[in-house]
Amino acid sequence: MSLSVQLLWLIPALPLLAAVVGTLAPRGEFKLSASTAIAALTLSFLLSCGALITALADPSAHLTSNFTWFDLGHGAVRLGWLLDPLTALMCVMVTFVGLLIFVFSTGYMRDDANAKQFFCFLSLFAAAMLGLIIANSLLLLFVCWELVGLASYLLIGFWFHKPEAAAAAKKAFITTRIGDLGLLLGLLWLYDSTGTLLLYDEGQGVLDPVVLAGLGGSTAIGLLIFCGAVGKSGQFPLHVWLPDAMEGPTPVSALIHAATMVAAGVFLMARVFPLLTPDALIVIAFTGAITALLGALIACAQSDLKRILAFSTVSQLGYMMLAIGVGSWVAAIFHLLTHAFFKALLFLGAGSVIHAAHHEQDIRALGGLRGPMKTTFVTFAIGMMALAGVPFLFSGFWSKEAVLHAAHGWGFSQIPFYAGLVAVVLTAFYMTRLVAEVFFGHPRGNGAAHAHENTAAMTLPLGLLAACTILLGAIGTPWWPWLQRTLDPEFLSEPGGAGLMATSIVLVALGLGAGWALYGRKLRQKSAAADPLAVIAPRAFAFLAARMKFDKLYAATFGRLSDTLAACADALDRHVWDGVVRLLARLGRFTGLVNREADEEGLNAGFDATSESIRATAKAYSRAHTGDAHGYLLMIAFGFVVLVFAVLVGGGR
Amino acid sequence: MSGLPLLSALVIAPWAGAALLALLRGASPRTCRLVALAFSLSTLVLAALALAAFDPARTTPQLVERHVWITALNVHYHLGLDGLSLVLVLLTGVIGPVALMASWRTARSRLFGALLLALQGSALGVFLALDFFHWFLFWELSLVPAFFLIKLWGGTGATRAAYQFVVYTISGSAFMLVAFAAIFAATGSLDFQQLAQLGADGSLAAKLGVDGARLVFLGVLLGLAVKAPLWPLHTWLPSTYAEAPTGVSMFLTAVMSKMGVYGFLRILWPLFPQQLHDSAPWLLLLALGGVVLGAWAALRQTDLKRMLAYSSLNHVSYCLLALFAVAHATGRPGLSSEAATAALAGTILQMFNHGLSAAALFCCIGVLESRAGGKRGLHDFGGVRTAAPIFAGLCGVALFSSLGLPGLNGFVGEFLIFRGVFGLNPGVAAVACLGLLGTAMFLLTFWQRVFHGPRGGAATVAFGDVRGIELASLAPLVVLMIALGVAPQLLLRLINPLVTSWAGHLVLP
Repeated sequence: MSLSVQLLWLIPALPLLAAVVGTLAPRGEFKLSASTAIAALTLSFLLSCGALITALADPSAHLTSNFTWFDLGHGAVRLGWLLDPLTALMCVMVTFVGLLIFVFSTGYMRDDANAKQFFCFLSLFAAAMLGLIIANSLLLLFVCWELVGLASYLLIGFWFHKPEAAAAAKKAFITTRIGDLGLLLGLLWLYDSTGTLLLYDEGQGVLDPVVLAGLGGSTAIGLLIFCGAVGKSGQFPLHVWLPDAMEGPTPVSALIHAATMVAAGVFLMARVFPLLTPDALIVIAFTGAITALLGALIACAQSDLKRILAFSTVSQLGYMMLAIGVGSWVAAIFHLLTHAFFKALLFLGAGSVIHAAHHEQDIRALGGLRGPMKTTFVTFAIGMMALAGVPFLFSGFWSKEAVLHAAHGWGFSQIPFYAGLVAVVLTAFYMTRLVAEVFFGHPRGNGAAHAHENTAAMTLPLGLLAACTILLGAIGTPWWPWLQRTLDPEFLSEPGGAGLMATSIVLVALGLGAGWALYGRKLRQKSAAADPLAVIAPRAFAFLAARMKFDKLYAATFGRLSDTLAACADALDRHVWDGVVRLLARLGRFTGLVNREADEEGLNAGFDATSESIRATAKAYSRAHTGDAHGYLLMIAFGFVVLVFAVLVGGGR
Repeated sequence: MSGLPLLSALVIAPWAGAALLALLRGASPRTCRLVALAFSLSTLVLAALALAAFDPARTTPQLVERHVWITALNVHYHLGLDGLSLVLVLLTGVIGPVALMASWRTARSRLFGALLLALQGSALGVFLALDFFHWFLFWELSLVPAFFLIKLWGGTGATRAAYQFVVYTISGSAFMLVAFAAIFAATGSLDFQQLAQLGADGSLAAKLGVDGARLVFLGVLLGLAVKAPLWPLHTWLPSTYAEAPTGVSMFLTAVMSKMGVYGFLRILWPLFPQQLHDSAPWLLLLALGGVVLGAWAALRQTDLKRMLAYSSLNHVSYCLLALFAVAHATGRPGLSSEAATAALAGTILQMFNHGLSAAALFCCIGVLESRAGGKRGLHDFGGVRTAAPIFAGLCGVALFSSLGLPGLNGFVGEFLIFRGVFGLNPGVAAVACLGLLGTAMFLLTFWQRVFHGPRGGAATVAFGDVRGIELASLAPLVVLMIALGVAPQLLLRLINPLVTSWAGHLVLP
C-alpha cells in the first residue's frame, strides 16, 4: 500500500481532527479523548508507512503537491506537501514513537483530572510536528514550527497551577521565539531574494538548482535560519529553556523534549542543507561542538533524574548539529532517528520510575530499583548503553560513529571532532552515574522504598522501544549504509575508520569505568551524602550543578536590559510626553488668563471708554441740533462740496 | 439592488436606532437594549448585502452615491465603497454588536445604547464618505458620544480621561480643518477623488506652493496621527482605554483607532505622496518607536487595560510602519512592487485582525473585572484557568492571535507587513522584530500571572465560567480569528486587486 503525495496531508490532519474532537468532548471524557488520539495516530502511522513505500520507489525524487493559500499581487502565496525519503522516515519515526508515548500516557496520566485535555494537546503537537515534516514550503514549515512551540508551551505548563511549570512554559516560549525571529528574518530575506518559499516547485523552488545558483547573500540567510534551529533544538546559547521544560509531565518530556520537537531544528537544517554555505557550516559545526560538550559537562553534576536526561539531550542535539556543520546531514538524521528511540526509551523509563516512586525524581533519594522494577531496569539499561555508545549491539553506537567519522573527515578544523570525543567519555560517565544511583544500592527514600513495576500500558512501550533501540543500528552500519544511501543517493561510504572506531570504544570504556569507579564500587548510603565528584572538585561541581550560571548571566544582562527598556519606555510616557502635554495645557490656561486680563483691562475697558465717548458725542450732537435751519443748510452745502471734491480726486469711478 | 442607496442606509441605520431609542421614553430596559442590538446588527446585515454586490476586481469606489449638497461650497454628498472601506465596514459590523453585548448590563440604559449606536454611525460615515465636508463632520461627531460614554460609565478617573481624550483629539483635528480650508482655498474642491488626482499629478502641491504644501501636509498629519495614534502622540490612549467601560474600550481600540489609519491611507498618502515620501524617514522612526517602546511600556503596566492599550499602540504602529516604508521607497529605482503589495495588503489585514483580537482581549478584561468587583490589576488574580477553563480557552486564543501565532489571524497580517517592510527596508524590519518579542513577553506574563499558578486574589472564591451573553460576545470573535488564520483569502480576496493597483502606481509627481 503506497500513499500518493496528494494525500500526504492526511498524516497531520488525522491527529488534528483528534485534537478537535478532544477539545469539544465534555469534561472528564478521558477515554474518548485518549482512544481517538491513539486511533488517529495509528492511522497516521500506517499512512506514513505507505508514504515510505512511495518514497522508496525512487529515493532521489522529491514528489510535491502545491496549492494556493491566498492571492497576493499578480501572483499568490503557495504552500505544498513534499514527499521524499527524509519526510517519510521522519513521519514513520514520529508517528511510531508518538504512538508508544500515547499508549504509555494512558497509564501515566490515568489519574490526572485533566487527562482529556492532555491527549488533546498531545494530538495537536503530533499534528503540528507532522505538518512541519511534510511541508514543502518554508512558510508552512514556519506555521507548523510555531504551532509545535504552542503545543510545547501548553504541555510544559500542563500542571499550570504549579508556579514553576507556568514559569518554565513561558521561558520556553520566549527563548525559542528569540530564535524564531531570526528564522523569520531568514525566511523574509529568502522570500525577497527568490520570490518564493516553496522548497521544490518544478525547478522554481528555493532548493531547486537553478534558484540556488542565483541566490546571493546566502551565508546570512543560512545563519538566520539556523537561529531558529538554535532556539528549538536547544543549542548554545539558547539551550536554557530545555532543562526547565522538564516541569511538564514525563511523557511530554519524552515526546517533545527528547524525541521529536527538539529534533525539528536538526531536521530543518538537513532540509535546507543545500542553502548553507561553507561559512555558515563552520558556525553550525562549532555551535554543535560547544553544545555537545557543554550539555555533557552540566549533565555530570545534576541530581534530578529528568534534568540529567535533558542535558544529555542538549548534548546529543549538539552532536547532530555538529554533523550538519561538518557536511554530513545524513549522519545527523541517522543520529536523530536512533536518538529518538533510545531517548524516548530513557524518558519513559524515567517516567516509569517517577510514577512508581510517587513523583520522586531526585536520584539521591532513589536507589535499589533494580529488584522491584525489572522490566524498567532492563529496558533503561539498554537505552543507557545506546546513549553511552556501547559498541556493536546498540544503535546509538553506530549513529554516533557516523557523526564522529564525519567530524574526523572535516577539512576545516579538528576541534569539533575532539570536542565530540570528550563528550563521548562524559556521556558514558554520567549515564553510569545515573544508573548506579537509581537502580543499584538500596532505596534511600520513601518513594523508592515502596516502588513496584507499572502496568503493561507502560512496560509494553518500553519493551518495544528497547527492541527498536537495538535493531535500528543495523540500517546504517559502515558495511550496509542503507539509510545513508536512501537519504542521499550520492552518498559514498568512505573506507577506513576502524582506528577511529577503536578509539571511541576505548573512550566509552574509559567513561563507563570512571563512572563505575566513582559511583558503582561504593554505592551511596544516604540521600544527604555528598556526591563523590563534589568531594574531588567542589567548586567545579557547584559551577556545573548551577548549570554554568547561564540563567544568572542572562538575568543580569538581557533581563536587566529589558527591564531598563521597559522602565524607560514607561518613564518617557509618564514624564516626557505627558509633561509636554501638560505644558501645552498649562500654556492653554495661561493664554486663557492673558485673554481674560486683556478682555477686562483692554477690550472691556475700551468698550467702556468707547461708550463713554459715544455718550459724550451724543451730547455734543444734541447740542448741535439747534433747530436753526440756516445752520443745517450750511452744513449740507459744506458736505456737498466735500463730496464733489472727493469724487473728483477719486477719478469719478 | 442599484435603486437602493445601500451605503446611505448603512450610515443612517445606527443613527436611526439612536434616534428611536431617544424617543422610546418609558420603555423597559430589556426592550431598549434589544432595540439597540437590532440596530447595531443592521450594519452587519447591510454590509453583507454590500459584500454581495461588491466586485473585488474593480479598484474604483462602488455603490457610489453622489448628490450636490451645498452648491456655493462645491460640496457633494458623496459615498463610495472600495476594498479598504468594505473591510472596515465589516469590522464595524462585527465589533458594534459584540461591544454592545460585552457591556450588556450597562446597555439597559437607553442613553448608553443610543450613544454607542451614534458612535457606530459616525465610524461608518468616516469609512464611507468621499467628501471632506461630511467626512470631517462624522470624524468630529464621533467624539461626542465617546466623550459621554467614557464620562458617564467610565471608571474613577473617567471625567479627566474623557476630557483629555476629547481635547487632545480636537486639537489634532483643528490643524486638519485649517489644512483643508487651505486646500479648499487653493483648489475649490473637497472631494477626495478629485484631490487624489491633483495629488498624484503634483498640481495640488503646485497650487499650495512648496512651503504651503508642507504646512498643510503637517496639519493633516497631526490630525490623523493623534487619532491612530502615532508615537509619541499616544499619551491620551492609555488613560482613555483604561477608564472607558468595556464595550467602549472595545469599540475605541477596534474601530476608532482604525479611523486614523484609514485617514492615512485614504487622505494623507494619496494627497501628499511627495511630502509623505520626504518625511518618511522620520515617520518610520516614530512608527518604530510605537512598535518597540509600545511593547516594552506594556511590559511595565500593572493595570491590565493600560497594558492592552499599549499593545494596541504596538499593533497599530505596524500598519503605519508598513505604509511609511512604502512611501519611503516610492520612486526608488528597482522598487519591488511585490514587497509594496505585501506591505499594503498586510496593513489592511492587520487593521481588521487587530480589531478582532484587541476587542476580544478587552472583552476578557471586562469579564475579569465583572468577577472581581472592578479590580483589574496584574496581581489581583491567579489560577483563573483552573476556575474558568472555557473562559481561559477563549481568552487564550485571543492572546495568541494578538501575539501573532501562525494558524490564527494575527500572523498573516504581520507576516505580510514584515515581508513587505523587509523587501523595502530590511533594517527597519529587523528592529521591528523586537516588537514581536516584546508582545510575546508581556502577553505571556499577563497569562502566567492571571491564569496560571494556584488560584489566588479574586479567583479564590466563586469565579464562574463565561456563559450566556459573555459567551455570545467572545465566541464570534474567536471563531473569526481561527477562520481568518486558516483562510486569509476570505479577506484578501476583497483587497488584493486594490492594493495591487496601489502598488503598481507608486510614482512621485
